[in-house]
Amino acid sequence: MEAVTMAKAINLSLRDALARDEDVLVFGEDVGALGGVFRITDGLQEAFGEERVFDTPLAESTIIGVAVGLALRGFKPVPEIQFDGFVYSGFDQIVSHVAKYRNRSGMSMPITIRIPFGGHIGAVEHHSESPEAYFTHTAGLKVVAPATPGDAYALLQSAIADPDPVIFFEPKARYYVKEEVDPKREVLIGRARLAREGTGVSVIAYGPTVSVALEAAKAAEKENISLEVIDLRTLSPLDMATIIESLRKTHRAIIVHEAPVFGGFGGEIAARIADDGFDLLEAPVTRVGAMNTPYPPARFEKLYLPDVDRILEAADVALAYG
Amino acid sequence: MADVVEVVATDDPVRPLFSPAGELTAAARSRLGLSQDALRDLYRQMVLIRRADQEALNLQRQGELGLWGQFLGQEAIHVGAVAALQPDDWIFPSYREFGMAMCRGIDPADMLTWFRGLSAGPWDPREFHFAPLAVPVASQVPHAVGFAMGSRFKKSKDVVLGTFGDGATSKGDWHEAMNFAGVFKAPVIFLCQNNHWAISVPLAKQTAGSIAERAQGYGFPGIRIDGNDVLGVLAAVRGAAERARRGDGPYLIEAMTYRMGAHTTSDDPSRYRTETELQAWSVKDPVGRYRAWLEGQGIIDGAAIKTIGDEGESMAHAMRTRLLAFTPAPPGEVIFGRVYARPPDSFLEEREEFEASLESS
Repeated sequence: MEAVTMAKAINLSLRDALARDEDVLVFGEDVGALGGVFRITDGLQEAFGEERVFDTPLAESTIIGVAVGLALRGFKPVPEIQFDGFVYSGFDQIVSHVAKYRNRSGMSMPITIRIPFGGHIGAVEHHSESPEAYFTHTAGLKVVAPATPGDAYALLQSAIADPDPVIFFEPKARYYVKEEVDPKREVLIGRARLAREGTGVSVIAYGPTVSVALEAAKAAEKENISLEVIDLRTLSPLDMATIIESLRKTHRAIIVHEAPVFGGFGGEIAARIADDGFDLLEAPVTRVGAMNTPYPPARFEKLYLPDVDRILEAADVALAYG
Repeated sequence: MADVVEVVATDDPVRPLFSPAGELTAAARSRLGLSQDALRDLYRQMVLIRRADQEALNLQRQGELGLWGQFLGQEAIHVGAVAALQPDDWIFPSYREFGMAMCRGIDPADMLTWFRGLSAGPWDPREFHFAPLAVPVASQVPHAVGFAMGSRFKKSKDVVLGTFGDGATSKGDWHEAMNFAGVFKAPVIFLCQNNHWAISVPLAKQTAGSIAERAQGYGFPGIRIDGNDVLGVLAAVRGAAERARRGDGPYLIEAMTYRMGAHTTSDDPSRYRTETELQAWSVKDPVGRYRAWLEGQGIIDGAAIKTIGDEGESMAHAMRTRLLAFTPAPPGEVIFGRVYARPPDSFLEEREEFEASLESS
């Protein structure tokens, strides 16, 4: 297959899911004739009709709420939240119902909620956020964040097929990166991947920061520093086995995400490393992420988001130990 | 010039059955087509759910339930609405619909295990077509609409009843769900149990306008009716359900009633409402009123009333006995058992650790 963008890979994945299973429904704001503001649903309404792919009124809480009702009726809803910063209106339905409905009823919630997330697109306020930790903190949900077109295709297949609800974070800054996609390759939820082998420091990343970590690893190589890059792919459940395996080689870990470090998902990873891998460590685990402020105006986002230099500085600090 | 929008639905089969004040007309009452047995059974169901409500209150006062929310005074809505639906029609309740659940055949002792803190969800909604209780106010209304949209997509003939109180109509989820229902022409009946109080806040402080008339703004009809008349509720829900079943979309019924008890056993209504108001509503008690009507029609006599009362007593006794004898599933199963359909390994490990800690302690 020829190389496609992540946007196209997700579109193909939705198309294949819709074609395979008539209970799959795609809906949200502007996903119909327009094909979504990022064109992720381009052509799907035309191909599958207005009862399978449809525009909804502009109301995130009830987009999620009707997904619950449709799931109870036997459908596999794949609602789209247009931007990360708009999911908060749907937060109560996600946390109180999508995540907990099975626990109180025994009825599964095979819902995949797609959310473009992260910054680096020069957008106005509310369009560049990284709200993943709100969802990893909620039992009952599974949370994934692919970094490549191939993983986006495959993980979306796994998410839609999963009987449990999945929050599917799409790194919108990576939508137009191309890669060959093999639709037969399976990626299970809960499995990280080694994006680059190395021996000096393990850099743990997901979604948009995987490519930053890989750039840092390339730059470090010139200074004879070897970074191993782990692409988590799934945040909840967390693949600790892959992280610990890497630490057996490197004994040092850096966690990179776009979300603010304080209270962020990196804290959970660091704590789990302390629990499961304390004896392996030769340096403190450090986190590279955003400062504890609201997302800044776009002209300042490069200063705010993790970059190659900050990862390299953290690697230097880690390597100075032991 | 703006387009003219037709906001008043012309196909309203419910409104002609009611007077402008929301009373079922004598003509409509005589055309309900219910047998004497069916009419007596509505009374019987109201007596049984009221007796169960009283027994649950007693159990809470005796320390056997963590909490109880009485529905005293709202029995006509619970019984009339369920009687108007087909068994395949799903009901999406809030948290005060214990009576409706009983009318659907759910064992009241099972239901009370939720209030006793022994179960996260005591019944299988698929068996009774009765969704779990929804505690966050109005959050169940979008579920009812989504389910009904699904029925339409599947070309099924079932309809959905979503019920809620007057307080719920202040919430965004309520407005959003009404709007979705209108846009998608979902076969859903919205049943507002306007009991005049949202904990301590009276209707006048909850909303400045009419609840029923809001339906027009969403593109479907609505009506305010006397919610203490079981036959009125039955007629309205039945009419709205038939209309939805034909594919004509949603309907909003605002059934006026009164919460005769406290919000829950943690509440103290003496801090915010008067005895005088309560007495004014006592006169309109749905059970007494209906019994008087049945007696006037010669449909029920003293012996039948006593038989039903006795049935209530034995039901209450059995409910109490079964509840107190209920043994929950083991802790690991209650806490972890139903969270995921496909539990992650790390989740199963946490359960194993928890269960091992119980064995070792």
